[in-house]
Amino acid sequence: MMPTSDYDPACLPDLLPLYYRRLFPFSQYYRWLSYGGVSKNYFQNREFSFTLKDDIYVRYQSFTTQNELEKEMQKMVPYKVDIGAVYSHRPSQHNAVKSGAFQALEKELVFDIDMTDYDDVRRCCSAADICSKCWTLMIIAIRILDRALREDFGFHHLLWVYSGRRGVHCWVCDDAARKLSVAARSAVAEYLSLVKGGEETLRKVVLSDPIHPFINHSLSVVERYFQQYAIVEQDILGSKESVDKVLALLLVQFPDVFICLCVSVKSSIKKGGQYFDKEIMLQYCYPRLDVNVSKGVNHLLKSPFSVHPKTGRISVPIDLKELNTFDPFEVPTISLICEELERPTADEAEEDDVKDKENEQEAGERRRIRDYKRTSLAKYVKVFDRFLEAMARSWKGEMLKKSGELETSFSVFLTFMSFTYT
Amino acid sequence: MQFLGRRKKLIGNFQNDLYDQCLQFYGQPPLENISLTEFETFAVERLKLLKTVENVGVSCGKSSEQYTKKLDAEISSLNFPHRGGISEYEKRRKDHISHFILRLAYCQTEDLRRWFIQQEMDLFRYRFNCLHSKHKTDFLHKNNLKYETVSAEEKKNLKDKLIASSYGLSGTKVEEHDVYKVPFQDALDLVRTRKVYLLAGNAYIPHHEIVTIVLNDFRTRLSKALAMTARSLPAVQSDERLQPLLSHLSHAYVGQDYSIQKNIGKISLEQIDALSGKSFPLCMRHLHKALRENHHLRHGGRMQYGLFLKGIGLTLEQALQFWRSEFVKGKVDADKFDKAYAYSVRHMFGKEGKRTDYTPYSCMKVILSNPPSQGDYHGCPFRHSDPELLKQKLQNYKVSPSGINQILELVKGMHYQLACQKYFELTHNVEDAGFSLNHPNQYFTESQKLLNGGRDIKKEVDMSQRSQENPASLWSLKMELDRQGISAK
Repeated sequence: MMPTSDYDPACLPDLLPLYYRRLFPFSQYYRWLSYGGVSKNYFQNREFSFTLKDDIYVRYQSFTTQNELEKEMQKMVPYKVDIGAVYSHRPSQHNAVKSGAFQALEKELVFDIDMTDYDDVRRCCSAADICSKCWTLMIIAIRILDRALREDFGFHHLLWVYSGRRGVHCWVCDDAARKLSVAARSAVAEYLSLVKGGEETLRKVVLSDPIHPFINHSLSVVERYFQQYAIVEQDILGSKESVDKVLALLLVQFPDVFICLCVSVKSSIKKGGQYFDKEIMLQYCYPRLDVNVSKGVNHLLKSPFSVHPKTGRISVPIDLKELNTFDPFEVPTISLICEELERPTADEAEEDDVKDKENEQEAGERRRIRDYKRTSLAKYVKVFDRFLEAMARSWKGEMLKKSGELETSFSVFLTFMSFTYT
Repeated sequence: MQFLGRRKKLIGNFQNDLYDQCLQFYGQPPLENISLTEFETFAVERLKLLKTVENVGVSCGKSSEQYTKKLDAEISSLNFPHRGGISEYEKRRKDHISHFILRLAYCQTEDLRRWFIQQEMDLFRYRFNCLHSKHKTDFLHKNNLKYETVSAEEKKNLKDKLIASSYGLSGTKVEEHDVYKVPFQDALDLVRTRKVYLLAGNAYIPHHEIVTIVLNDFRTRLSKALAMTARSLPAVQSDERLQPLLSHLSHAYVGQDYSIQKNIGKISLEQIDALSGKSFPLCMRHLHKALRENHHLRHGGRMQYGLFLKGIGLTLEQALQFWRSEFVKGKVDADKFDKAYAYSVRHMFGKEGKRTDYTPYSCMKVILSNPPSQGDYHGCPFRHSDPELLKQKLQNYKVSPSGINQILELVKGMHYQLACQKYFELTHNVEDAGFSLNHPNQYFTESQKLLNGGRDIKKEVDMSQRSQENPASLWSLKMELDRQGISAK
């Protein structure tokens, strides 16, 4: 078990410079956000925002090259990095643009699942806390949304990221996704929403005939995990007594209103019709999205590989193949990986010899590549690499389409090959 | 600028092709020459149709039987193409031309564009739904809507899923009718509400739902076209024949103008107070009350109220007496009144200056022109009053709380005339006003009719007669609006 008690937010000012100099995977990051160079100036017109020390927030940061990005981040040492949209002009020059001409053009379709949105249906934790029991809710959310985005909407390139504390983000990076309008994003988010209503609403899921195939798919995921999730309360819907238990589970945090809630929830269950059991399961477990995060083309979302200032954890990509064994408490903290960096390794001496022949920058790069590989960050960067490789295949296709000639496509192929590394 | 017989024959075939369908997307502008009379008539009639579409759409549900009946009637009476009858050529031509003329009038501001697009969409939806299934498919094909139909094989495989996703879809329907495969971005309304089956980024739309998709397409095209039209408008507006017409179309009132009063002298001044409570629309009741309380009204209020009074039958002598007696109670002495205000009253009655007999303001005019500022009492209370103040006023006039809520809902939806109509219904204790409110004098006439059982006030020249009284009365209306300096904004 990784000792997380090692992380102290006060150390951030010392750890972050080290992180950005030697561990942050700039090369892959730049490769991602350039999207194969298919669109001109895609990286240059991308907005980043930084949260600096003392909560100073700066928007409209943009960079022309990977090098510039690195230098700036190493200089400014942001506590948090957010990624925004690709604009019509360089965000850093937006004030020079005629009013109205500066527009957000494209951005990944994103989703933010936050555990606090489930507070009314989890009794193990509340607010910013999470534990292994309620983490199951995230697994359910990922499975349901990932399936729907791929099978229903036809998206292929999804990056799931642990936010560092209490939730997960999804970045849908397909070309079609990046070009979606506000209306389309909003429609996708609504399609995916089943749990509706705030504190005033008791019955947040209402099902009626016919049940849409999407709901059926989602139900089968929920049902699979519900047994596991509700293992403490066995057969919780089997009898009146256990329904009462469900109510108790639901209402234990609201003792004052227990009685009237009891009455009204019970009566609405009676009125609830044939699907009340499915509705309850969905109300417990179905993903709760914030539509506003997904709607806006210009919305800024926390960047992958950003550090969470409160927990110190790195926002790492999640490997869906290993989803069932993903443990948010095993995600490395910045203090851990910085510590791991300092530990000498056996083959370091060997590689020092090769260093002589290379120039400074390449050496720095290679060192950095070696560096993160020595830490617990390595396996997460690998997940990111695989994600990029899959996308790169589609970029290659795009570039070939654009160039059209055999000669050009060969040179593109060579360029593509040079992007990859072992 | 009449049609040349020879030209007609040459392009006859082309036109026949163009008008071989009842419904169209208005992709191509008309290429012929038409007379100014036809230009104007077509435009005004389409405007009437669109206004009916709006009114009927708000007062009945858009898929209700009433809606169908009322629209059917209006479309027939105005001679627009209907359910694909045989001798529809002339009607389709009118449909085509009138649409493009109104584009010119309604492209200029965001509000006008929005209104025009909304009504054209509702009209289109209605007419598309009236089409025979086969004609629907023909329409899609003819307009290059690249909506792939799903193969029989795929339909069979997906049958259960399709039935479970689409409302009103049965097994037989899936088998017999086409199902269209459309990129989900083109079917957002159905996606948002999860009323469609999605697979690999495509929405599977059953035949009967395809209208939603087509409508989205229609809206996008029309919106783009209007933006382009707005850019080329200056060239059109420089044509002197068209400029006044176009700038007034967007404000045009197309009903009775109440310039001919059949009841001159039938109202006595003593009746006005009582009448203001019983039969005046809210705007005039408000103006009357302000006049009585302040013994004064500013110019905007004098015009709006003064012309209204003329419309209900006051003579010039009565009007002079009315205004003088009230103003004298205030800060104005009789002399000053005769010098300063009497002139303008006579002017209203056409006895001064150019001697035009001015017509009372329509609701459109009251709502859209000359908004009131501090110290003014004119305008439309439903449009210009703060909702809280409006609520208070209605409470003072003893309108029921539920009635007030209904009115406020309509106001929120910007349906000011319907709100006034609802006020009529509540104050007269009827469920349906039985008319579509367009003019304050119409409110008065209808109210009197209701209260007096139709005895006293003879029904004035009715609308159908009016619409055949081509162009003279319409032209004079336009001339007058012009004189009053109505801008197109």
